[in-house]
Amino acid sequence: MDLTLHVWRQETSSASGSFQTYKAAGVSDSMSFLDMLDLVNERITRDGGDPIAFEHDCREGICGSCGMVINGIAHGPHKMTTACQLHMRSFSDGDEIWIEPWRAKAFPVLKDLVVERAAFDRIIQAGGYISVRTGSAPDANAIAVPKPDADLAFDAAACIGCGACVAACPNASAMLFTAAKAAHLSYVPQGQTERLGRAAAMVMTHDEEGFGNCTNHGACQEVCPKGISVNYISRLNRDLLKATLTGISVG
Amino acid sequence: MRQALTLYRSSVGKKALMAVSGILLAGFVLAHMLGNLKMFQGPEAMDGYAVFLKELGYPVLPEYGVLWIARIALLAAVGIHALAAFQLWQKSRAARGAAYRKEDSQVFSYASRTMRWGGVIILLFVVYHILHFTTGTVHSDFEYASVYRNVVIGFQSVPVSLFYLVAVGALALHLYHGLWSVFSTLGVQNPKVTRIRRPLAAGLSILLFVGYAAVPVGVMAGILTLP
Repeated sequence: MDLTLHVWRQETSSASGSFQTYKAAGVSDSMSFLDMLDLVNERITRDGGDPIAFEHDCREGICGSCGMVINGIAHGPHKMTTACQLHMRSFSDGDEIWIEPWRAKAFPVLKDLVVERAAFDRIIQAGGYISVRTGSAPDANAIAVPKPDADLAFDAAACIGCGACVAACPNASAMLFTAAKAAHLSYVPQGQTERLGRAAAMVMTHDEEGFGNCTNHGACQEVCPKGISVNYISRLNRDLLKATLTGISVG
Repeated sequence: MRQALTLYRSSVGKKALMAVSGILLAGFVLAHMLGNLKMFQGPEAMDGYAVFLKELGYPVLPEYGVLWIARIALLAAVGIHALAAFQLWQKSRAARGAAYRKEDSQVFSYASRTMRWGGVIILLFVVYHILHFTTGTVHSDFEYASVYRNVVIGFQSVPVSLFYLVAVGALALHLYHGLWSVFSTLGVQNPKVTRIRRPLAAGLSILLFVGYAAVPVGVMAGILTLP
C-alpha cells in the first residue's frame, strides 16, 4: 500500500518544529508501524536527508520506548497495543497518517518523535520502591498473598512506563502511571510499611514535575497498551488522603 | 493544619475539596428540587414552604437564621469549588504545552469534556436565577413572598422556560460526571461501589433533570396556573 505521512520534525528541544510530508510507497500490511518508518528512513538516508528520529528498543511491546501519537491516538488505532506492535493492516491504501510526539511540558521533545521521560524516573525515585535489606531471594510462599491481591498487583505491575497515559490525557496528567507504580507495591504485604508515605511522596513529585491533574476522563485507560485500570488512581487518592489524616508527612 | 495546607498544595488535595464542596452543592440541588415540587400542591403549600424556610430554627435563631447560614455555607462551597477548579485548570493547561495537530476526542465523554465551561455556565445561570426569583430584579411582575405566583408568571414566558430547561440540562450533565468522580477522588474503591457508581450518578442526574424540568413544563402545559 502507499501512504502519505505527516511527521513532526524538530531538530532539538529548543528548536521550533513543524510537520513534514513523506510518501511511504510499497508498504506491506504485515509490517509493523516501526518497520514502515524504517522503510521511509532508508529512503530519506539514501537521498542524503536526516532520518526521522523515534525511540525503540524491544519491538515486542514490553519495553515502553516506542511512544508516538498516530492520527490523534497515543500508540495508534489498535487497542492495548504499543506502536511497535501496531501492524500496517490497521491502515488502508491511500491513508494519510499524522505522527506526533507525546505532548507534555514534563516530556520535552529531544528530537522529532523522541521525548525525554526522565520525569517518570523521578516519580519512581520519590517512593516507588521498598526499603528492604537485599540478599538471597526469600522462600517462595513464605509470605502468603491472597490471589485476588496478587492479581491486582500484577495488573498494575504490567505498566511499561511508555507515557501514553500522559499523551492522551487532556490534562497531561501522569496519575495512571503514578497510581500503577504505587499499586503494584500497595497490594502486597512487603509494600505496606511505607505505603502512605509513598503515595504522598509520589503524588507530590508528580505535581512538581509539571504534570496536570486527573479529571476522570478515562482517556489514559483507553490508550494504555497494558490496559491498566483508572481504579488504581482512586486507590492512590485514598492513600494520600489517609496519609494526611493520620499525620504521615506529605511534604 | 500544616498537613492540611500541604495537602491543599497537591492536586489530590484540591480535588478532595472540590469533591466535598460538590457533595454539599449536590445535596442542596436535590433538596431544592424536592422543594420545587410543592408547586404541584398549589399556592398555599408553595408559599407556606417558603415561610417554613424563613422561620426554620426560630425562636432559637432569629428569623431567616437557618436560611442565611445555609446561604453563606453554599456561597463558600461555590467559592471553594470554583477556586480549586480554576487553579487545577491553570495547572493542567500549562502541563500540555504545545497542542496536538490532530486529537481524537472519542475516548472521553461529552459530560467530562464540558465540566469546566459547563460549570461557568451553571454559575452564570445561578446568578440570573437569583435575580429572577429571589430578588425579582429581572422578573417582569415580581411580588414579594408570593412564590407560586412569581414562578407561574416567570415560566409563562416561553424563552425563559426554555432557558431554564437548557440550564438544568447542563446541571444534570455536570452532576453526572461530578457525582461518579466523587467516588474516585475520595478514594472509594470497593469493587461493588465502583461497578454501580456510573449508573448511580446517571440515575440521580436524570431524576434531578426530570424534577427540575417538571415545573417550567407544568406551567407551559397549563397544569400550573394562577388561581
